[in-house]
Amino acid sequence: MIHLLDNIIFTLLLGTGVGYFTWQVKKTIRNVKLGKPYDRTDRKNERWKNVLLVAFGQKKMFKRPIPALLHLAVYLGFIIINIEVIEIIIDGVFGTHRVLKFAGPFYDFLIASFEVLAFLVIVAVTLFWIRRNIIKLRRFNMPEMEGWPKKDANYILYFEFVLMTAFLTMNAADKKLQLLNHPHYDQAGSFPVSSFLLNILPEDPSSLVMIERSMWWIHIIGILIFLNYLYFSKHYHILLAFPNVFYAKLPPLAKLDNLESVKKEVELMLDPNADPYASPPDENEEPGRFGAKDIFDLKWINLLNAYTCTECGRCTSVCPANQTGKLLSPRKIMMSVRDRTEEVSKIIDKKGKFEDDGKSLLDYITPEEIWACTTCNACVEECPVMIDPLDIIIQIRQYMVMEESAAPAELNLMFTNIENNGAPWQYSQADRLNWVNE
Amino acid sequence: MSELQVKTMAELAQEGKIPEYLYWVGCMGSYDDRAKKITKAFVKLLQKAGVDFAVLGPEESCSGDPAKRAGNEFLFQMQAMSNIEVMNAYGVKKVITTCPHCFNTFKNEYPGLGGKYEVYHHSEILKKLVEEGKLQPADNPFENQTVTFHDPCYLGRGNGMYDEPRNVLKGARIQIKEMPNHKENAVCCGAGGAQMFKEAENQREEIFVFRTREALELNPDIIATACAFCNTMITDGVKHYNKEKEVQVLDIAEILLRSIEK
Repeated sequence: MIHLLDNIIFTLLLGTGVGYFTWQVKKTIRNVKLGKPYDRTDRKNERWKNVLLVAFGQKKMFKRPIPALLHLAVYLGFIIINIEVIEIIIDGVFGTHRVLKFAGPFYDFLIASFEVLAFLVIVAVTLFWIRRNIIKLRRFNMPEMEGWPKKDANYILYFEFVLMTAFLTMNAADKKLQLLNHPHYDQAGSFPVSSFLLNILPEDPSSLVMIERSMWWIHIIGILIFLNYLYFSKHYHILLAFPNVFYAKLPPLAKLDNLESVKKEVELMLDPNADPYASPPDENEEPGRFGAKDIFDLKWINLLNAYTCTECGRCTSVCPANQTGKLLSPRKIMMSVRDRTEEVSKIIDKKGKFEDDGKSLLDYITPEEIWACTTCNACVEECPVMIDPLDIIIQIRQYMVMEESAAPAELNLMFTNIENNGAPWQYSQADRLNWVNE
Repeated sequence: MSELQVKTMAELAQEGKIPEYLYWVGCMGSYDDRAKKITKAFVKLLQKAGVDFAVLGPEESCSGDPAKRAGNEFLFQMQAMSNIEVMNAYGVKKVITTCPHCFNTFKNEYPGLGGKYEVYHHSEILKKLVEEGKLQPADNPFENQTVTFHDPCYLGRGNGMYDEPRNVLKGARIQIKEMPNHKENAVCCGAGGAQMFKEAENQREEIFVFRTREALELNPDIIATACAFCNTMITDGVKHYNKEKEVQVLDIAEILLRSIEK
């Protein structure tokens, strides 16, 4: 009877956890689609190759070997230990215990490798915590990391630490009960790591069962909470990195799109037969905005980038503007886009649709940041999950220049010179060949 | 004083000829005193190798790159479309640029606006001419000199061309001493994205000082680059450190020319 109650509670928890997470995923998709449609389905072979090498293979992480190895441990732990979750779910729903043990030696091998990985995860997570909080690496302690982002990063580490500790303690208690030939605890699994914990556990079976059960519950409830934490966290990258890499910008990185809306107007201007007073072809067509003032003007991929960003700050650490003390931080651009998207999302949740709140992305990102960019693509090249902050910067510049005429004065002068003499300076076009005779 | 003879597309058209290449000089190469020397060095190399080319001269205009990177897409497309009109009218098929920014717009952004050409950066052309034996550098012209190479963003990261300019230097029998940050990790000179034309934002130091310091730490005799904008910025950086007597900032074309004229 008590077992049945356990199974029902477990099933309810599982359903709630998975259900709520599904709702969050749907909300993410809804929010990403607030961006403009943009086709990124060309060159499929290269895209799949990137998913394999950059997303699964973490190729770009290995530019910095130490964090790459630590991250690899956590990543493998995440992927492989989650096989264990399958067993936990079956056991939880049907009241079995270690249902996969029929696999015999293979089961022993699996549990042993989970244990080794869990141990490595604990080591990696501890070192990560030290890097962030004791060594205080510069990229984890920049202005945009103040407050929630810093807490978020530590919460993730605590979560992983607790999950792995629970897993290993559960195994240790299980092993001890197996040794005591306690009913229900048949010989199964091999425990190379948790065996070291045997001595610190109590000797009496009822306490051991209690520990084993509590750890089992902490582990699975922890996983369900963690799953639902992702939406609010930089840790969302563990899922979004894969689609993000698939839809990433492919080389050449220096290529920017030609705006179609501008092309139409320029063609009209240059066409001697065009009727300057003609009304637009489609009266109902909403006059589009040039460039991006708010998240709605960005491409959907820019918003996916923002949800994927794990705030590691590699982009910012290689940004020449940031390295020379300027306000621009590509990571902060991504965080601002996500923050504004979340603000919009909350309005939609509340009112059923977006209602103008008098704010825009430009309340989050300042002109000083936008004009400091050299468009050098260092941030794009560096990102381990192929996020493109530059694309957002350019679109905001387009809005500032073409809608607001708000470029720095020197740039307006440069524009005027190009318009008047076909060069960014005030030189006569007729003098273009003077170098030959100098 | 110069005996350079350079034909324009218009002059050749009058003779009923279309050259194999259009050499697009670019605004820096046309007007900037330092960059003009690069232009002339490259033209001399082309002529030595017997390459059939012409320039647009007064019909050349800005590619539109700084306008586009500064967000003025209108101006960019106006420039692009009128440049395309000129180039198409002359039947241009192949374009060479010494400027990585012009190179990038022509190669990647003009095709969508109707300008479809084979576009080459001068590093590609020079590499080819050396390989074909049309340009023959002397043995060890830069013996005992330390040479480092600064990757222009729009050539390297932007277009994946890390080896082309290096191969030109190798062609000049130069062993490059690399900076810690090179190729995909190269640090920008600070000029791109229209920064060349404006003052920097509030900052601790100029990007060109930051980048030049990395180069100077190698105690180089020559800092080579392949972009007139980078050349200006790094030259300013060298001046900032009062090293202009010890360190030369040269384009790959100038280096190759010297190695041939030795």
